[in-house]
Amino acid sequence: MDITWYLVLSALLFAVGVSGVLLRRSPLVILLCLELMLNAGNLALLAFSRSLGNQDGQVFALIVMVIAACEVVVGLGIIVAAYRRRIPLNVDDLRSLRG
Amino acid sequence: MKEVAFFAGAIGALGGAIAVIALRNAFYSVLALIVHLISLAGLFLLLQGEFIAAAQIVVYAGAVMVLYVFVAAYVGNVDEPLWEPIPGQRFIAPLLGIALFVELAIAITGSSLQAIDTQGPTVELGFGSPSAIGKLLLERFLIAFEAASLLLLVAAVGAVVLAGRHRAADASAPRETA
Repeated sequence: MDITWYLVLSALLFAVGVSGVLLRRSPLVILLCLELMLNAGNLALLAFSRSLGNQDGQVFALIVMVIAACEVVVGLGIIVAAYRRRIPLNVDDLRSLRG
Repeated sequence: MKEVAFFAGAIGALGGAIAVIALRNAFYSVLALIVHLISLAGLFLLLQGEFIAAAQIVVYAGAVMVLYVFVAAYVGNVDEPLWEPIPGQRFIAPLLGIALFVELAIAITGSSLQAIDTQGPTVELGFGSPSAIGKLLLERFLIAFEAASLLLLVAAVGAVVLAGRHRAADASAPRETA
């Protein structure tokens, strides 16, 4: 399989993630869509790493995974905190930062 | 054989991704994302990323998704109102997504990078193996590795602070019956 196939698939997955962020209004699903986009980026990184025959891209993908884990932990913490304070979990209502 | 594996992985990844944004129940979305991540791990294996594929399954499809499942079960299903702040949002959003895909596809297929029209060079045995990646992480990318671990620590502390029980706030806040 040519590397182009992987890159086009990665672009498609990224576009699906972007559509999800624009379409959905539950913060939990929006976090899931961010995961979709980060994973599409990872696929592109691995594809380029394979096309260059160089492993640096794979280390980059690993670091992206760590960043994604951090983002998930903080994002889910905010969702749980908002739920405890009975703030409606809808991104249209979550406008102000003031608790 | 590689083609069959690629298309199986691609269909799984794409189907999972579309199911994530199409399913109304957040719990099902999380399960669809697990399908997506496991298919993606298969594609990583095809690209000789053995260690990344293993980490994808263990860290992502395992640990991170368990966190999502717990929060989705804790919060319950969030009703998304039908009222739209931007008129026609549900039609405009997919259109913008398709436009982005077309743009990216043109950029990829129209690029003059010659290496992406091949299957990639032949690589030595052990490309992407845990020992090779570990060596790179601990030698060439040591600073990035340490920064990532520090970031993980800060994120863990931040999550505890955010989601921890605030006794004083809970006591003073008026309790509404849900």
